[in-house]
Amino acid sequence: MPIASQISMVPVVVDDEKCIADKGCRTCIDVCPLDVLWINEDTGKAHMKYDECWYCMPCEADCPTDAVTVNIPYLLR
Amino acid sequence: MTLPDDITVTDIDVLVIGGGTAGPMAAITAKEQNPNASVMLLEKANVKRSGAISMGMDGLNNAVVPGHSEPEDYVKEITIANDGIVLQKGVMAYAQGSFDMIQKLDQWGVYFQKDETGEYDMKKVHHLGTYVLPMPEGHNIKKILYRRLRRHRVTIENRYQAIRLLKDKDGSVSGCIALGTRDADIIVIRAKAVVMCTGAAGRIGLPASGYLFGTYENPSNCGDGHSMAYHAGAELTGLECYQINPLLKDYNGPACAYVTGPLGGYTANSQGDRFIECDYWSGQMMMEFYNELQGGKGPVFLKLDHLAEETIQEIEHVLHTNERPSRGRFHDGRGTDYRTSMVEMHISEIGFCAGHSASGVWVNEKGETTIPGLYGAGDMASIPHSYMLGAFVYGQICGENATQYALEREIPELDEAFILAERDRILAPLKRADGIPPSQFEYKVRRLVNDYLQPPKVTKKMDIGLARLKAMVDDIQHLYARDAHELLRANEAQHVFDCAQMAAVASMYRTESRWGLYHNYVDYPLTDNEKWFCHVQLFKDEHDEMSCKTKPIDPYVVELDEHEKNAYQQMRVQAV
Ligand SMILES: Cc1cc2nc3c(=O)[nH]c(=O)nc-3n(C[C@H](O)[C@H](O)[C@H](O)COP(=O)(O)OP(=O)(O)OC[C@H]3O[C@@H](n4cnc5c(N)ncnc54)[C@H](O)[C@@H]3O)c2cc1C
Ligand code: SF4
Ligand code: SF4
Repeated sequence: MPIASQISMVPVVVDDEKCIADKGCRTCIDVCPLDVLWINEDTGKAHMKYDECWYCMPCEADCPTDAVTVNIPYLLR
Repeated sequence: MTLPDDITVTDIDVLVIGGGTAGPMAAITAKEQNPNASVMLLEKANVKRSGAISMGMDGLNNAVVPGHSEPEDYVKEITIANDGIVLQKGVMAYAQGSFDMIQKLDQWGVYFQKDETGEYDMKKVHHLGTYVLPMPEGHNIKKILYRRLRRHRVTIENRYQAIRLLKDKDGSVSGCIALGTRDADIIVIRAKAVVMCTGAAGRIGLPASGYLFGTYENPSNCGDGHSMAYHAGAELTGLECYQINPLLKDYNGPACAYVTGPLGGYTANSQGDRFIECDYWSGQMMMEFYNELQGGKGPVFLKLDHLAEETIQEIEHVLHTNERPSRGRFHDGRGTDYRTSMVEMHISEIGFCAGHSASGVWVNEKGETTIPGLYGAGDMASIPHSYMLGAFVYGQICGENATQYALEREIPELDEAFILAERDRILAPLKRADGIPPSQFEYKVRRLVNDYLQPPKVTKKMDIGLARLKAMVDDIQHLYARDAHELLRANEAQHVFDCAQMAAVASMYRTESRWGLYHNYVDYPLTDNEKWFCHVQLFKDEHDEMSCKTKPIDPYVVELDEHEKNAYQQMRVQAV
């Protein structure tokens, strides 16, 4: 059964300038109840890897550098 | 037979599955009871921020506080709200533990609203009594629980999804098998007693937005516990009594009449008129909500635009910072201002939840399921309308009883053949080169639920729905996951699939209508107390099929007066 990949606009945005994942921070990744934030292999910073978000905001609230912004998922806006 | 090295086995006295609300309380209580016991809290996400209360909570929806109500009043109210189908002893055990639990949480540093005299600032939202206690600064509740878990040295295992319960030869529970959500590793926890606290089954239906994760419930609560209990042979109850909530359209979070009601807000129709007497969530209230939506006076709205500026600011402060803090952003995006416009509401997708409704894994007043050694608390267990405080109280009850059970038991034996077969089944989607993505499979299940199983329930529709679902059984052999995360979703989707079938089977079994919209069965529009004044238990029968049977209602501990019985049937505002 062949498969295709579709693109999706994700609701959570990480500001690479502010993110200190390269210094070992994993806070947002740790707290996300849906485990959708991962390290971006290309940048070494946190990013939203899967479009499966409850817009619940622990990622934003707990980020030590205010790098995370949670937007409402496009389908709900 | 011995287990291969890639499956680690950990021995524990008391295993708690799910670290949201009830789970931490169960684990802390187990340690308080017996500091020498080994206690593990296994959580699919991270205990720090998992579950329904991850960001805090706006208030206690069901606090039984002396001077405002007695446990007997509360038992009556919930019995009436639930059309009589309750295990009153179970509700009573909650009500009697309610105030002690509030004081315990208060001592731990959870902030509840108090009036000028330092008394709890109780609000009336229910139809009859006064049970709502606001906690506008309730953000720190998860932190407080976490600190207690650390202090009591509870072993915390984050990012493991429990998938199947294990049993010994005598049929007692002996632990669980779980999947690492980041590395797809399989672990076995062998335990003398297990407390399940896996939350509601919130991913059965599809939200109106079509976004799979835009559910009312925290989507990590997808019915894993319901499915696990079912496959282990436990009875589930009241599944035909769906959870359906009145929510903000598309945002799908609570409109929060409990917050706004005491401040003068209310649910209104498109003409701005009040049409329900009481904003407390019940099936009867939802029926009126549905009728208004469909009856030409919809949409339905949350009306606040008549309130004073300072009241609106107070409401905004609570609703936009606490329980579902992204709500303010949602309104901003649409230019909705409480001062000038009413806020559109809608009906949620269906789910199973005892916290808000009465559907879940059967437990008695001791938190015992029908499987020896297996306990259940919170939204996944069957004590009705238990909300957050009920999760805490039953977490405590289960923690106590599970610890006692574990004390009296030897280390159970493991069924290795079962574990190996399960490992292969759980990991199978990862071994395939292509196939059906979990998201597509899950979308289809949930779309069928919306098309065929939502109320109003119709036999012919449910027949088709169930047949279409059963036709998907073969698709499970083709589920495909590219990584550990997708494997998590593939396993969740199978539990969603189980729950969808349970919803159909239980609904078709109860050939009457009851609980307003929750079980509004068009083919059988009347409530039939002669035949159906009983629980409906769903279980896996000897042919591995989903079956139902009735269970008599235990004698009441608090009798209802004749005139009280229908209080919740009179929800509609009468014309003047
Ligand atoms: C949006 C919202 C608002 C609410 N507002 C109020 C309110 O104002 N007042 C009130 O009293 N009540 C409120 N409630 C209800 C209350 O929050 C719940 O009844 C209560 O928190 C449920 O507790 P629980 O422990 O059963 O579930 P949860 O706290 O949701 O915890 C379940 C946990 O189980 C974990 N889990 C699930 N499956 C697995 C698995 N397979 N393996 C391991 N872990 C697993 C989940 O990740 C989660 O952490 C609200 C609920 C919601 C969703
Ligand atoms: S919490 Fe903030 S700083 Fe830390 S990894 Fe996430 S985005 Fe980066
Ligand atoms: S808003 Fe919630 S679900 Fe979405 S990424 Fe942040 S923590 Fe995860």
